Amino acid sequence: MFFFPKCECEKPIIYHLVKDHNLKVNVFRAKVTPEEEGYLVLDLTGTEQDIERAVDFVKTFNVTVNAAGKGLTWDPERCTHCGHCLTHCPTHALYIADPATREIAFDEVKCIECLACIRVCTFNACASAF
Amino acid sequence: MKTYAEINKRIEAGKAVVMTAEEIIGYVEQHGLEPAAQEVDVVTTATFGPMCSSGCVLNFGHSTPKIRMSEAWIQDVLVYTGLAAVDVYLGATQLRHGDPANMYHPGEFRYGGGHVIEDLVAGKTLQLFALSYGTDEYPLRELRTYFTIQDLNQAIMLNPRNCYQNYNVAVNDSDRTLYTYMGVLEPNRKNANYCSAGQLSPLLNDPLYETIGVGSKVWLAGAQGHVYAEGTQHAGGGPRTERGLPTGGAGTLALTADMKQMRPEFVRGVTFRGYGVSLAIGIGVPIPILSPDVLKRTCVKDRDILAPVVDYSNDYPQNTGRVICHVNYEQLRGGEIEVDGKQVQVGSISSYKKAHEIAELLADEIRRGEFLLAEPHAPLPPDRTMKPLPRRPEQKP
Repeated sequence: MFFFPKCECEKPIIYHLVKDHNLKVNVFRAKVTPEEEGYLVLDLTGTEQDIERAVDFVKTFNVTVNAAGKGLTWDPERCTHCGHCLTHCPTHALYIADPATREIAFDEVKCIECLACIRVCTFNACASAF
Repeated sequence: MKTYAEINKRIEAGKAVVMTAEEIIGYVEQHGLEPAAQEVDVVTTATFGPMCSSGCVLNFGHSTPKIRMSEAWIQDVLVYTGLAAVDVYLGATQLRHGDPANMYHPGEFRYGGGHVIEDLVAGKTLQLFALSYGTDEYPLRELRTYFTIQDLNQAIMLNPRNCYQNYNVAVNDSDRTLYTYMGVLEPNRKNANYCSAGQLSPLLNDPLYETIGVGSKVWLAGAQGHVYAEGTQHAGGGPRTERGLPTGGAGTLALTADMKQMRPEFVRGVTFRGYGVSLAIGIGVPIPILSPDVLKRTCVKDRDILAPVVDYSNDYPQNTGRVICHVNYEQLRGGEIEVDGKQVQVGSISSYKKAHEIAELLADEIRRGEFLLAEPHAPLPPDRTMKPLPRRPEQKP
C-alpha cells in the first residue's frame, strides 16, 4: 500500500513503475485526489531487484510504502466468527480456519479489497484505511 | 433417575460430571445411554447470535433537584420513560435520533439500542439527556449528564424473546439484493443464511421442554440469570420430526439477568445494513440429566435437526407460510445446501465458535461449584401456535 502525502499526486508514478522498472502492476484500489492525501493499493510482479529499485524510486516522492499491509483490515477481537461474510468474500480471503469451531480467519494475501465484507459485516469487524 | 437437589449437592461438592452438548454425543455413543445417564449430571447448551426483543431496565437514582423523566435519550438513542420517574427501558432495535434509516436504501444503521447496551456493559461513559414537564415534587425540566453502568442503581437485562428453538434458512428468489435481519441475500438464491447453534442450541437439546421452564437458571452473557416467562411468539405446537424436534421456529425464552455481572465480549451491538440495529448476546443453558430420556435428547446431532428454507423476497414479507424445503444443520454447517437441484452457498448469522466457548465456560463454572441449577416452577406451554394479526375494519358502535 502506498500512502501519498499532500501534493505528490500529480506525478505519473505507475507509468514509471511499468516503463522504467519492468513491473506488472495490478491496482486493487486507489484514492488519489489532487491537493489531498491519497492511497494506492497494488500488487507488483517482477524480479526482486526490480521491485526493490521501484520501491526506492517511489520513496523519493515522499510516498510511504507499506509492503505488507492492505487497505482493508479485519479485527479478530470485533469479529464474532458468525460467518455471514463467507459467501460474500469472492476470493475466500475470509475463511473458516477451524471447521470444528467454525473459527474465521483472514488471509490478507488473497484479499482484493472489493470491500464486500465491510458492506455485510454486522459487527463492524472489517474496516478500510481509506 | 436424579433430582435437582441431588445434582446441586454434587455441584456444591465440586463432584458434578458436566459435559457440553457436543461432547455428550460421542460419550453416550461410547458408554451407552443408561450408564452415561447415571454418571453425567449436567449437559451444557449455548447459543450466540442477534436476539431481537432484547433490552434492559435502568434506574438512574435522583438528581438534585429531582426530575420525573417524560422523554429521555442515552447516546441520542430514545429510551422508554413511561415506567416511573427515573426508570427507563432501553430496547435493542431502537435507532439513534436523526438516523436516516432507509431513506437512502440500504441504510447503514451504525449505532442504536444494541450498541448502547454493548457500551454500557463495556463500562463506557454515556450521555443521558432527559426532558420533563415538571411537577411540584419533581421540578427539574431538563437534564444532561454522563454516567457509567456502575453509577446506576440497577441495570437489569429484560429480554422478552431469546433463544429461538429453531429458525429459518433465508434465501432470495428475486432478482435484486435483499437487506434483511437474516443478512444480505444475493439475488436468485445465490446465497443462504441460517441462524442457530444447531446441536448446541438450548431448546434443541430439550425439545419437549422437560427441564427448561419458567424459573430455570441460565447463563446470560456471563451473568447468572433465569427464564422469567415463556418468550414472546413461543409456539411449541408446530410440526415436529419423529424425534420431537420442531422443523420451524417453535419455542422461545424470556430471559433476565444483572448487566453489571455480564462480560462485554458476549454483549454486542449489531448493524444489519438496510434493516436496522439489534443486539447479539451469548446464552448458556444447563440441562440437568434427570433421566436417560432427558440425556437421550441432549445427544441430538446437527444432521437430525431440520430447518425450513424460506424465500425472503415474497413468502416471508407476504406471510404466505410457504417453505421451499428443509435442510439439516450438518449440511448448513458444511457451507453448501441443495435447493431445487441447485447448490447454494451458506453463511451464518449465529456464531458457533462463541456458542462453543459459552458451553465450555458454563460447564467449567458448574464443575467449580459456582453455578447451581434451579427447578422450574412452571413448564413452557407445549402446544401453543403462533397467531397472525388480522387487519380488521373499524367497528361502528
